[in-house]
Amino acid sequence: MIKIINLLGTPSREKFSLFVPIGIFLFSLGLIDVTLNSLFDVNITSFFPRGLNYFTPLIFGFLGLYYLRIEFSGNKMLDKLNININSNWFNSILTLLIIFVLIQNIPPLLNWLIIDANFVGTTKKDCSDSGACWIFIKIWFPRLMYGLYPNAELWRINTSFIMLITLVVALFYIPIKLKKYLIIFLIFVFPFIMFNLIHGGNFGLVWVETTAWGGLSLTFIISVFALLLCFPIGMFLALGRRSSAPVTRYASIGFIEFWRGVPLITVLFMASVMFPMFLPDGVYMDKLFRVIIAITLFEAAYMAEVIRGGLQALPRGQYDAAKSLGMGYWRLHLLVILPQALKLVIPGIANTFLALVKDTPLILVVGLLELVGMIDMAKTNPDWLGFATEGYVFAGILFWIICFNMSRYSQRLEEKYKTDR
Amino acid sequence: MSKNIIQMEKVSKWFGDFQALKDIDLEVAQKQKIVVCGPSGSGKSTLIRCINRLEEHQKGKIVVDGIELSENTKNIEQVRAEVGMVFQQFNLFPHLSILDNCALAPIWVKKMPKREAEEMALGQLEKVQILDQAKKFPGQLSGGQQQRAAIARALCMKPKIMLFDEPTSALDPEMIKEVLDAMVNLAKAGMTMIVVTHEMGFAKEVADSIIFMDEGMIVERAPTKEFFANPKNDRTKLFLSQIL
Repeated sequence: MIKIINLLGTPSREKFSLFVPIGIFLFSLGLIDVTLNSLFDVNITSFFPRGLNYFTPLIFGFLGLYYLRIEFSGNKMLDKLNININSNWFNSILTLLIIFVLIQNIPPLLNWLIIDANFVGTTKKDCSDSGACWIFIKIWFPRLMYGLYPNAELWRINTSFIMLITLVVALFYIPIKLKKYLIIFLIFVFPFIMFNLIHGGNFGLVWVETTAWGGLSLTFIISVFALLLCFPIGMFLALGRRSSAPVTRYASIGFIEFWRGVPLITVLFMASVMFPMFLPDGVYMDKLFRVIIAITLFEAAYMAEVIRGGLQALPRGQYDAAKSLGMGYWRLHLLVILPQALKLVIPGIANTFLALVKDTPLILVVGLLELVGMIDMAKTNPDWLGFATEGYVFAGILFWIICFNMSRYSQRLEEKYKTDR
Repeated sequence: MSKNIIQMEKVSKWFGDFQALKDIDLEVAQKQKIVVCGPSGSGKSTLIRCINRLEEHQKGKIVVDGIELSENTKNIEQVRAEVGMVFQQFNLFPHLSILDNCALAPIWVKKMPKREAEEMALGQLEKVQILDQAKKFPGQLSGGQQQRAAIARALCMKPKIMLFDEPTSALDPEMIKEVLDAMVNLAKAGMTMIVVTHEMGFAKEVADSIIFMDEGMIVERAPTKEFFANPKNDRTKLFLSQIL
């Protein structure tokens, strides 16, 4: 095999001008072959016997990359390519396969998503079959964002989220002295303002039942409250699990292991169906509250273990030093240990937060309809049957955007608090 | 009340089955400088860590500046605020700047106003000659600078006693002197000091008396000159012959 390939001799720097054109030619031939084959149904190598002609693009590409694999060719770009994606025959085949798969799949995907897709119109009839029907999303958009929240009151949701975003952005730009107060306000005061604004029932605001809440705004509401609550609870559990007092320690271990051992879906069912049975007569707790509390406790258990990992990574010397300066348990942990431990586990915390956001669609099982739930509802609407794919792709894209931004934010925090060098 | 600032009576300490300290008796008077030496594993570090109760002793009695160390957390914190400690591994807080490292405890433990605490911290940093590093983080400093920062941090609590646990053992040779100089200056200023070290040059220069420990016991305690001139115990002689 190698002998046949080597008809022209081993690729070398001396014969650069011979090998590079041949290599590029063969490689392009392979790419063209695949493109024609998969996108236009034309087979330029049909004169080869069946079976062989199936592999022709791979063979052309393989030979092309072989001739291009010139060590220290003197051409910077070529050297870089060779080192990274064409260092030996195995890697060159992997490279080819990946390129082929992309050629086969990306154009049809773009076709469906954008080129052939339908954007204009108001009913199902305006949609062609060949592309995605984004009209479905367009028509249902307000419902996907706000659920069954009354149209006249939508400004309340908008206002509260605009306020939230403004405050969070402001956090980056205001002087450090005021930052402390803003954070305290954000954590301890703002959630109640936001909740009251959306829930209404006082200050002249119409009361809106929580069962009418839904769509992406419900995803956010649940996520924000659960995130804010699960963090401190997780922190206390982590400290509790490392406490030297047996009662505290075993209570924490028991709590953590209980919640970690139960599937979230079970927890949600319990919160929605079983929990009210244990409440005394006349006491009523809103279903949304119960669900938020359930998710919070569930994620707090995970958060606790993530934070405990950070606590364990700190050397004993840090405890010694803090103690030797006269700090008691709380000062030692709040001023010295936790800031360092939390910094260490930012990636783990981000992980837990992302998981939490992506777990929210599960509340579907207890009848609360956030984004994915609303899509489920929309796709079963008699006027709009058959657009499940568009709906889930849309939800996927939105979730991806949210999670990607959270992940970027956590990376920024990591960068910001990096003080080891 | 005795005039001794530290009083240890029959102090014993076990790690599991291993007895780290055996019936230690020790008195330290105010402004005394004591160097503790001995082979590794002899209980030197454990001894001084018992003084601010980073280790709990299981038998005997330790009284520091009139306060007996017991289960009482209030007492312990009070003692710790009066006893500064410098560690082999510096143990600066890596998430805080040098200045914040120094000002942290005065602000939060002594409730000193922030500005006052920072001014004092800068003063202490100037004394150990790293004023220009105040805004940097510990990871950006050399070992010698970190250890001097650690000394400044301990001094910011205005301690009556300073404990040094092998302060130069983790340093590159060329940085040992700058740390020892800082300690000598501190000694000259009249601080009560207990220093665990192998730096015999330092011991000769500042120590009032030297304690030699082996296997959890104080084998010999003698005024510095006498200790080096004619050690009485065989183990002391052997140790000195090995390190001098």
